Amino acid sequence: MLAEALVLSAILFVIGTFGVLIRRNAIIMFLCVELQLNAVNLSFVALSRYLGIEGQIFVFFVMTVAAAEAAVGLAIIISIFRHYETVNVDNFNLLKW
Amino acid sequence: MSGTVLLNTALGAQEAVGGFDPFLPGLILLLPLLGFAINGALALKAGTRGAAAVRAGSPEPDTTGGDRPATHTLPTWIGPGVMLGAFLLTLVNFVGMFGVELTEPVIRSYWTWMATGALTVEAAIQLDQLSLIMMMVITGVGFLIHVFSVGYMKEDPGYPRYFAYLNLFVFFMLTLVMGANFPMMFVGWEGVGLCSYLLIGFWFQDREKADAGKKAFIVNRVGDFGLLMAMFILFAIFGTLDYQAIFSAAPDALVYGGGAATAIALFLLLGAVGKSAQVPLYVWLPDAMAGPTPVSALIHAATMVTAGVYLVARASVLFALAPVGAAAVATIGAITALFAATIALKQYDIKKVLAYSTVSQLGFMFMGVGVGAYAAGVFHLMTHAFFKALLFLGAGAVIHSMHHALHSTHKEWDAQDMRNMGGLKRFMPVTWITMWVATLAIAGIWPFAGFFSKDEIIWYVGTSAPASVLYTILWGMAIATALLTAFYMTRMMVMTFHGPNRTGQAEAVHLHESPLTMTVPLGILAVLSVFGGWVNVPGSVRESFFGGFGLLPMSDWLDRWLEPVTASADAVRLEQLGAYASTAPVGGGHVMWGAIATGLALAVVLIGARLVSGREIRPAHESEPDTGFGKVLHDKWYVDEFYDRFIVQPILGLSRACWRWIDQVLIDGTVNAVGSVSRGVGWFGSLFQTGQIGTYAFILTLGALVVLGVLIL
Repeated sequence: MLAEALVLSAILFVIGTFGVLIRRNAIIMFLCVELQLNAVNLSFVALSRYLGIEGQIFVFFVMTVAAAEAAVGLAIIISIFRHYETVNVDNFNLLKW
Repeated sequence: MSGTVLLNTALGAQEAVGGFDPFLPGLILLLPLLGFAINGALALKAGTRGAAAVRAGSPEPDTTGGDRPATHTLPTWIGPGVMLGAFLLTLVNFVGMFGVELTEPVIRSYWTWMATGALTVEAAIQLDQLSLIMMMVITGVGFLIHVFSVGYMKEDPGYPRYFAYLNLFVFFMLTLVMGANFPMMFVGWEGVGLCSYLLIGFWFQDREKADAGKKAFIVNRVGDFGLLMAMFILFAIFGTLDYQAIFSAAPDALVYGGGAATAIALFLLLGAVGKSAQVPLYVWLPDAMAGPTPVSALIHAATMVTAGVYLVARASVLFALAPVGAAAVATIGAITALFAATIALKQYDIKKVLAYSTVSQLGFMFMGVGVGAYAAGVFHLMTHAFFKALLFLGAGAVIHSMHHALHSTHKEWDAQDMRNMGGLKRFMPVTWITMWVATLAIAGIWPFAGFFSKDEIIWYVGTSAPASVLYTILWGMAIATALLTAFYMTRMMVMTFHGPNRTGQAEAVHLHESPLTMTVPLGILAVLSVFGGWVNVPGSVRESFFGGFGLLPMSDWLDRWLEPVTASADAVRLEQLGAYASTAPVGGGHVMWGAIATGLALAVVLIGARLVSGREIRPAHESEPDTGFGKVLHDKWYVDEFYDRFIVQPILGLSRACWRWIDQVLIDGTVNAVGSVSRGVGWFGSLFQTGQIGTYAFILTLGALVVLGVLIL
């Protein structure tokens, strides 16, 4: 049972990672990050059955932080969209030097 | 407890030694220092006020008029006042030492100056026959020159600063001769160098004068290196730097003529050569004439430049143990004496003549102490202090008068050029007579002071053991120098005081005799220049005509007075070299030579006077420049040019190479290269920072995978 859950978690995490790396739409990348977080959450929950309650507690923290992150991240994306009229990250290259 | 006793206790007076109880020796040192402090404070105040006035837009306050501010009247009393106090205290001690069999110096130690490992140096002063003679000259002649300065420097805005420096100089000079160990002496040695620098560059607004001060200071550094090296070797061998300990242990600890003794003597000689302006380091002294003339009299004729002679006399036993070192002293002295005398023949600046004359006379003193006649060297030091101070002060009076005369009509002539003078005896009779006295003294004419001291040196050079070819040559050089001296001094006197006046009709009416503050010191020094030589008439000479058939009061007084100081050196010389010969290489005994020398000198003076007055002299700007050999002499044998070409310019070139290549290319290059590499690496690293979120995410993932991989593997 545990093995299946962890494999699913790994598959979701890799999908999320590749999504972040490959896609150029900011919102899709954002969703992919959420997917990674939730993949980790899944492994936390799965493992907590064997290792104790702390894993589940941690999931709550992750969800809280993810919610806050979603709020801030979406706000940034909206303000970028207002400026550039696009959410394609290839257009945003001022974040250097 | 009375004030005197209290002060005595405070100054660390201890039990009397050998029946001689020094009277307030520390106060002799403190008085000039006190004068420096007060005059220095006044100078600072005057400077602040002057600067404030200039800032406010008004001209500098007039310090020459009838109502001079207190900062310009107090030094008149404080400057010479502390000197008089120091002189009287020295006199008390001097008289106190009469009739006392003092074989060891009396040492007063005030506190431990340094205690580091094996080296302990006390802040100690010592009083013995040599230091007291030096102190008498310093404070006595120094006091007269201070008084003279009151008249000479009266109109200078830097009046209080001048006296502050002069007092400070006396303090350091006394430290030099009173110190009971080498480091104390070195403090004075460097201190007088500092004051010399400050006073040569006293009129520092003039670039040339400021440069002359720097030259003196830098050339002296070469000599100071030698003195320091000598001190290092002494400490390595003896483990102490106290005079008494070193000098009493030296005859046993050092091998006669050995490497250590020779090295010490030669390094000490290097120090002495620098301070006493001997070949090859004499070049700073003629330039030092840029300072006020009383400074030239005090520092660059009577006292500071004789420190080298004092050093050799003080360390006499070390030189006696190093025959090569002693011969080097005498040889350098002879070369210097003759060389400087030839240059003086063709100088037109009155102070330059006296400067080269001083260098030449210092050479005589070196000859004396070099052949082991330490008392004769110190004797000439003393008489030279009298007549050379007199000559410089007289020259100062002449320049003072000339300056006024030329200034009154705004004539742009050189007030120091003898070609612009002539016939001054009508206007300045006191200066004229006193300077002739000094001239006869320096020319070595009986019965003036210089006759006895100079002839004694020539005598000892000629009869020195071992009577080798070297000493015979040096003897010939000394006689030649003496004759040249008589000639160039006569030339100077005739050009300045005799013949028609060349200053100009309108100017001549402004020529005047100096005020009393200037003529009285001249008179006193003239008396000393006549009688000063009578303290050390050799016994055989005293019995002859030259001693008035025994009429002169003392025979060999100074020799016997200094005997305790030079005893161990004399013993070493007597044991190793034997006694002095009883006849000179040519011309017989002591009395005979006295007659020959004074006769020759008198002839040179008379012939010289005729020759120079027979020649037509024109004012400087109408004169033709010298040609041929005269030009070589006038241009001082091109020694300055030689040094410039072969020492100064190569050093400058080396410095420039260091700057251009080592500093700018190598060091700056390395630093810049480090910067450039950092920038390059940064630039390369910045390539990864594309600003593309995708790149960052990729690198982040890659990094995480690497970390993961490392952890797993």
